[in-house]
Amino acid sequence: MVEDRLKGYRNISRDVLSKYKVGIWSDVEIEATNGRFRGLILPRSETADDAHIVIKLITGYNIGIATATITNITEHGRREVQYKIAEQEFPTDPNKPNITLFGTGGTIASRLDYRTGAVIPAFSPGELYGSVPELADACNLRTEKLYGVFSENMGPEQYIKLAEKIGEEIAKGVDGIVIGHGTDTMHHTAAILTFMVQNPPIPIVMVGSQRSSDRPSSDAALNLIKAVKVAAEGDIAEILVCMYGPTSDQYDLLHRGTRVRKMHSSYRSAFRTIGDIPLAMVDLDGIHELRDDYHRRRDDREVSINTAFEEKVTMVYYYPNMKPDIIDAIVEKGYRGIVIAGTGLGHINKPIYEAVKRATDKGVHVYMTVQTLWGYVQMYVYETGREIMELGVVPAANMLPEVAYMKLCWTLGQTDDRDEVRRIMLTPISDEITDREPYNGYLIFQGAIPEVQEFLRTIKR
Amino acid sequence: MPPDVTAELSLLYGAYALMMKPFKSYEDMTAEDYTAIGLKCGLEVHQQLLTTRKLFCRCPAGRYGSDYDAEILRHMRPTLSELGEYDGTALMEKKTRKNIHYRLHRDTVCTYDIDDTPPFFPDPYAIDIALELSLQLGLGIVSEIHIARKQYLDGSIPAGFQRTAIIGVTGSIPYLDRRIGITQLSIEEDSCREVSDIGHDRIYLTDRLGMPLIEVVTDPDMRTPQELAEVCQVIRWLCRSTGKVRTGYGAARQDVNVSVEGGTRIEIKGVPQITRIPLLVYNEAMRQCALLHIRDTLKQRGITKDTLNCTTHDVTRAVYRTPYGPIRTAVDLGHRVKCVTLHGFAELLNYTTQEHTIFAKEFSDRVRVIACLTELPNMVHSDTASEQLSVRDWKGIRKRTQAGDNDALILVWGDEADTTTACQEIIIRATEATIGVPNDTRQAHKDGTTGFERVLPGAERMYPDTDLPPITIDADRLEGIRSQLSTPPWDRQDRYRTLNVPKESIAPLSASPRANLFETLIDELKIDPVFAAVVLMQRFKCFSRDGLHPEQLTDQQIQSVFAALAQNKLTRRGVVRAFRWHLLATRHNQDGAIDIADVAADLAEKLYSQDELNFMITQTLEQSRTIEFPDSGAHHRFVIGIVMREVGSVVESATVLRLIEDAMRSHQPQDNQEEVA
Ligand SMILES: [Zn+2]
Repeated sequence: MVEDRLKGYRNISRDVLSKYKVGIWSDVEIEATNGRFRGLILPRSETADDAHIVIKLITGYNIGIATATITNITEHGRREVQYKIAEQEFPTDPNKPNITLFGTGGTIASRLDYRTGAVIPAFSPGELYGSVPELADACNLRTEKLYGVFSENMGPEQYIKLAEKIGEEIAKGVDGIVIGHGTDTMHHTAAILTFMVQNPPIPIVMVGSQRSSDRPSSDAALNLIKAVKVAAEGDIAEILVCMYGPTSDQYDLLHRGTRVRKMHSSYRSAFRTIGDIPLAMVDLDGIHELRDDYHRRRDDREVSINTAFEEKVTMVYYYPNMKPDIIDAIVEKGYRGIVIAGTGLGHINKPIYEAVKRATDKGVHVYMTVQTLWGYVQMYVYETGREIMELGVVPAANMLPEVAYMKLCWTLGQTDDRDEVRRIMLTPISDEITDREPYNGYLIFQGAIPEVQEFLRTIKR
Repeated sequence: MPPDVTAELSLLYGAYALMMKPFKSYEDMTAEDYTAIGLKCGLEVHQQLLTTRKLFCRCPAGRYGSDYDAEILRHMRPTLSELGEYDGTALMEKKTRKNIHYRLHRDTVCTYDIDDTPPFFPDPYAIDIALELSLQLGLGIVSEIHIARKQYLDGSIPAGFQRTAIIGVTGSIPYLDRRIGITQLSIEEDSCREVSDIGHDRIYLTDRLGMPLIEVVTDPDMRTPQELAEVCQVIRWLCRSTGKVRTGYGAARQDVNVSVEGGTRIEIKGVPQITRIPLLVYNEAMRQCALLHIRDTLKQRGITKDTLNCTTHDVTRAVYRTPYGPIRTAVDLGHRVKCVTLHGFAELLNYTTQEHTIFAKEFSDRVRVIACLTELPNMVHSDTASEQLSVRDWKGIRKRTQAGDNDALILVWGDEADTTTACQEIIIRATEATIGVPNDTRQAHKDGTTGFERVLPGAERMYPDTDLPPITIDADRLEGIRSQLSTPPWDRQDRYRTLNVPKESIAPLSASPRANLFETLIDELKIDPVFAAVVLMQRFKCFSRDGLHPEQLTDQQIQSVFAALAQNKLTRRGVVRAFRWHLLATRHNQDGAIDIADVAADLAEKLYSQDELNFMITQTLEQSRTIEFPDSGAHHRFVIGIVMREVGSVVESATVLRLIEDAMRSHQPQDNQEEVA
């Protein structure tokens, strides 16, 4: 099929290109009221306006010329660009562990189309080997692209398929699984997978990148190398998240899927274990465990996969001035579960008590978490807390709000029995509720304090 | 001499043949000599803009200091080029395995600068300045700015790329009787300052990072080193003339492109002073000629890219007992000593490639930069005349490597990995010697020579920035800037020459932010151009030297003082005095604003009538009569001094002189009488 030679150009700009009988990849000289410009016409971004034509200069720079200023365009030739990622065969070694890499949509490795700027994901073993050859040091790699969605579009359908696929791979006998995932909802997926895939015999490692892999300072390759190392050589048979520890290129941290959270919109070191300590540090030399209370790798192929999921569950982030009609509306729309992120120890204001009461009376399961993220819900300390519990709201201890949400979806997918739901919700599967918060489980340093400055000055983080 | 004879001779007398092409000294080179070697050079002038914030974040601009609060560590990982291969620079940086340390100070960097936050919209003021300069350079202005990423793998930018965008393309400026082509003007963020680069660790300061810069690229239209320096100065003056660029050391730097016939376009990076340009260009021209000559010599010896033969040996045991310090230390540390035999290269390593520099340095540079053997000396070679290694050592090495008399040997030492890289690099450089002038980027040394910096990056390192949308330059904005454009310095200079402005003030004044004011003074107030130029340039410079701040005077203030001159309320001397008094007063009284118009008016108020002046003169004469003067001329000068100090600001000296002469004449007879008596 012939490529659209006016790709991305609409209305005016399309007319101008047609008028001068040129299109993308035409090598042109444009005469305009602001000057003369020579370059290659590029496709235009679909979201950009229709009043400019983009050309690539010989120096590699792109510029836009307003159609309104153009007086003539002369074509000097065409240089069609075919763009393909180079593949190199991924070496296999019978002595190396077999790893399966699932792709869900985030780009873990990619190549850049220098002409259009498009990021082309590298995903097949051959493509990956071309850009991250270190992977072959640790394993034999098989890849499978499950779907290509942005992280924020991950949902129940994807969770279920992913859990089932993991079950299949375990049955096939792989030694470890790596899941490439966009970072925005990585911790949501990590939580639900922890509930859906219980007691796996091998490491299941989620990984992504905060800086796209097309830039030299990207964290993508290093994260991937370390995640593959953990899957291939690690002893921790759990759902893990493997992302940068510090912003410096030093080591990754292994987080338990139920206690990890993305805590910065753009920092490399965005992923933190909340209310506890991470499981291990991973650098290019190896995996350095920080605790030993984890599930160990086993030789058997047993795993329990339970993909139950109730979609009619919501989360309410409480704020002062919240009106009862919000809760009523949720109930009216047929929601069966609500996770509240309350203030402080787990509080909401009095005016919505009645609405909450109406919800629980109708059989809606309401669980309380804290928007402080760190710390436990403790509803006995204040009178208000006790009143809220009397409304039928169940305190969810130190479960993170997103984790409580995923667990309630999963639980309500299995039962509607009030006590059974409560039992499942409050029985930890993998530290989503912990008995104790260690003294070093809450560390948010404040800059400018002398000892913190001293730390920042001496420790690369 | 026919070529075949040359070839024969050089085979017979290889070493002598090398000497046959002497390069003239820097002082002796003429324009014709440069034409003969086909010298072509061009410029990339980088100029920081005088903005309050950085280009892509809101950090303050122009704060410098080597203090730091924190450090972070990064590695630069090359991204694949279009063909699925790493390009030259990428490969080189991968080989160096550098740990890159960034020093951060909380006042000057934010998380954008360390690539942990996406960019903010670029400073619109910086873009306005870039547009203004683009118009001055006669460039075609883009209607939509597309931000690009230019990869830098040396770590000088933490992201691994620099954000940059084209503002204008294809223009020219006048130079002598011709025009110099301007390829383009781009706006970009400045890079880090390097603190050190030792072994596998490179340290950068981040204070300069992200500062807005423009880069003006010329076509390779200059034919001599001097032309290049002059054109560079023209562009610098143009930038300065806007009054919107930073000045001071490092605020303007240029990359210089040099090639000779048959050579390669070589970029010399980051030359801070224009005065250093000519010698650098001379040396680079010489280097390229020398490298071409070495290639031809190799060819005559039958050595080409395909026949080149280099072998590598571990010679640690052969030099185990050497007294030579650097190798001694390496051996003691358990390091390896390796030898690369360059077959047929004998005598070539000593060939002069630049002033005080020989071909061997090309190898040493590569070993230092790419293999990270940064401690110098990092190699010795068999052509050297100095006795670093003993005859006995060389004998052992030659035995071990089975090298013949026609071969050159290069020794390097260090750990296994670094020496392996070093040997590979030496062979790569030797291969390039058979081709000619390799595609380097070179750094400028203080002595006017250049050293290897990195392999020249390919055009592939440019790609669009996906973090920011294109920025439209609407017609109104452009017209607004166009309507405010001042006359370019070169046009002003022509006029100044006809006005007899002192020669040394012509260029600075034409590029000065006071140039518009100067023209108002001479056109509207009809002030003598020479006097106006002297005050605005030389006098103000003197004030600055005295610790005053004439740059704080507004154009309006300056104009009001000159207006007093035009209305004969002040004399020329009064003008200078008014400025000095005002500047002194403001220095001592920072808060209380003092109006210079008041100063001038104060001076002008003391306008003296003829009678007052005569009275003052008579008084002075009377009072000075008791003083003994060697002669009447001295008496005369004394009286002039006293009176002028009092009234010089508002009464022209000619008037004062005439009155004093009259008064003295009328007093003289009396004096004579007394003397007689
Ligand atoms: Zn900043």
